[in-house]
Amino acid sequence: MDNNGEHKNPDKGNHDVQEPSRRKFLVNTGFALGGVVVGGALGGLLGRKSKEPAAPAPAPEAGKPAGPANYNRALMFLTPDQFAIVDAATERIFPKDDNGPGAKELGVAFFIDHQLAGDWGFNAREYMSPPYFKGEKVQGYQGHLKRREMYDIALQEMENYSQSQYQKGFVQLTGEQQDEILKAFEDNAVELGTISPSGFFRVLRSNTLEGVYSDPLYGGNANMDGWRMRNYPGNQMSYTSIIDKDFQTIAPSSLQDHMAAH
Amino acid sequence: MATKLPKTDVVIVGVGWAGGIIASELTKDGLKVVGLEKGKSRKTEDYFMVHDELRYGVRYDLMQDLSKETVTFRSNEKMRALPMRQYGSFLIGDGLGGAGVHWNGQTYRFLPYDFEIRSKTIERYGKNKIPSDMTIQDWGITYDKLEPYYDKFEKMAGISGDENPLGGKRSSPYPTPPMTKSPAMVKFVNAATKMKLHPYMMPSANLSETYTNPDGISRAGCQYCGYCERFGCEYGAKADPVVTVIPVAKKTGNFEIRTHSQVRRILRSGNKVTGVMYTDVTTGKEYEQPADIVVLTGYVFNNVRLLLMSGIGKPYNPSTGAGVIGKNYAYQVIKGASVGFFENEQFNNFAGAGSLGVNLDDYNGDNFDHSDLKFIHGGSISLSQTGQRPILNNPVPGGTPTWGPDFKKNSLKYANRALSVGGQGSSMSFRHHFLDLDPTYKDAFGDPLMRLTFDFEEQDRELAKFLAGKCGEILKEMGANHVDSLKELGPYDIVTYQSTHNTGGAIMGTSPDISAVNSYSQMWDAENLFVVGASSFPQNAGYNPTGTVGALAYRAAEGILKYRTKGGLVE
Repeated sequence: MDNNGEHKNPDKGNHDVQEPSRRKFLVNTGFALGGVVVGGALGGLLGRKSKEPAAPAPAPEAGKPAGPANYNRALMFLTPDQFAIVDAATERIFPKDDNGPGAKELGVAFFIDHQLAGDWGFNAREYMSPPYFKGEKVQGYQGHLKRREMYDIALQEMENYSQSQYQKGFVQLTGEQQDEILKAFEDNAVELGTISPSGFFRVLRSNTLEGVYSDPLYGGNANMDGWRMRNYPGNQMSYTSIIDKDFQTIAPSSLQDHMAAH
Repeated sequence: MATKLPKTDVVIVGVGWAGGIIASELTKDGLKVVGLEKGKSRKTEDYFMVHDELRYGVRYDLMQDLSKETVTFRSNEKMRALPMRQYGSFLIGDGLGGAGVHWNGQTYRFLPYDFEIRSKTIERYGKNKIPSDMTIQDWGITYDKLEPYYDKFEKMAGISGDENPLGGKRSSPYPTPPMTKSPAMVKFVNAATKMKLHPYMMPSANLSETYTNPDGISRAGCQYCGYCERFGCEYGAKADPVVTVIPVAKKTGNFEIRTHSQVRRILRSGNKVTGVMYTDVTTGKEYEQPADIVVLTGYVFNNVRLLLMSGIGKPYNPSTGAGVIGKNYAYQVIKGASVGFFENEQFNNFAGAGSLGVNLDDYNGDNFDHSDLKFIHGGSISLSQTGQRPILNNPVPGGTPTWGPDFKKNSLKYANRALSVGGQGSSMSFRHHFLDLDPTYKDAFGDPLMRLTFDFEEQDRELAKFLAGKCGEILKEMGANHVDSLKELGPYDIVTYQSTHNTGGAIMGTSPDISAVNSYSQMWDAENLFVVGASSFPQNAGYNPTGTVGALAYRAAEGILKYRTKGGLVE
């Protein structure tokens, strides 16, 4: 099947995203042969998949045989385990519903992974010079950890807390249980030594909205569906023809379209 | 050892609005001007990919790199000041055009009352209306005196607007007609008129139509694309120094801009300054630029920090009240807002322009009776439609959870069903609000950071509540099904974005014991040094400051030319 010509079709694109098949991916790429158990990193992935059918697929589109695959969907920073936690947690923050896809389908976890790998993950444009003192709330973040370090620690702590509360990893929990864990972080009900649980939760929540609504060039807002759900037209050259008019629905366009228009 | 360069007539430090205006006026008159800008160069074509909320709106692409330089903050003198490690409360511009690139273009004139606030308050309410630790001052210039310079700035920038019925007298109408009214704005105007208030179109530097200014600069009209604040304008429709005054100065052949040049000291000899020392940030080399006249045209913090680091003027001492450099830091009380939710109507909230809006001044300045109120001054109230970009704008009715299914449902539903009416409250100066050099934290060159000591006062809490109430009344009249209003103003924090309207620190006044500069922005303590910008405001008004900064810059340019011929303190 050649889906070249269908790539820009919004509905079809959406459908592509909704068709994650790890098994198909593994079969197609020749990693899994007749149920042979493989060790190491790959074995870990296979094992989790077979026990937990709801586990997220890191590369939902990778199984497509030919055509313009979304090569953006691979990990730059997070480990597969961390990715699975982020994918599950952000889906609770912005879940799929009647309005449309949630964080998972929109690719929010890929967005976060990519952000952590870059300047923002390194706090590159922020003042990170010593000395460090504990500040007042009104003075803002005064920690010395970079965001990527904060994520490393917080995801491990979420996992530990899940194990201590439910004897299961975060991604194995029911949605309601995952909410309980997230709420405990949000309310600082978890005791962590190095980072603020609520501080991490706020970052995770902001990142979720960023991944839902930023231009798709960053890896989230797949197919501009984040924008489409709230009738946000994305990147338009001009609204002069509608500024004095009543509400209009305008099909969204992205920075990529803008590039072609210039 | 700094390399000494050939002397120039004038060196300006920071090429934003003030620097650009002064450069254009002086070079037209034949003076040789060197502009030192610590950031990079910019042009309209650089905004090819500017409709990117994440890059510009959330990750602050156009702003100063805080890893190199930031400020420290404490609420009061008892607290240890700590660095603003990440952006929040305000955004510091960077590069050619400075904060003039990422502004919204809301170009007000202050009220006549603003310039004589102390005398007028005492005259109407008596001395006791001003708390003993409130250090508000008259500016040493009246509205009428400043009016021609406002006019000049408005004509240069092409401001689109209609007359403020409660504002000061105008010598001529706005050079371009007001922006197009959106349905939400029509609603506001109808409601406000019914309430016997005085709405008018927000004066806008986003051009309503193609315009050619007196300098011969032509620019296209605004496209209402919804990307103004925190963004540069890809059309050149929004007036900024890069598309207005800087090309005029360059065309004379008398203006040399050196980017990546961070000025670190003003050099002095006796009662005069002799030039500046700067570092080329790309090579690390130090240079001395001698000049007959030095003009500080940086953002508030840069102007004040340079004076303090260079030992020019007497630093302010909050315990004695003596000294002037760093005195009367003020801000804006912008939290008095209400949000209205409309069940049966949707608006094009995604479309807009930085200064597309309607405003009213019935509760600003002394336009209403303060006898029974626990504050002086007030604020402008407006409904503006700047383009609600989706990451940072998710209004939901109070009680909605901040995440999960209900948040998603409501944030999608109300994205185009919520309208905000906001109050921009004035900020009065207090004895214990000031700027000085931080004793601990340094910038990338090892120079001390600016330290801010500031908090909201009782006056601000009363004002914010009052304005939020008025905003709520208007929204109800507009037909909102549900209105959420601010109930209580918390302490000032550096974490949440409020407004990039920081003012004071090198204030204007009638004498050297109470001010740093005269009404031409000329330093009392060094006659060939001019300090121009919002650093001159003795306290802040209930408006965006840029119109007034522009007017002061035109007046300073005139003062510099007068000084050039006559010398001494300009009168």
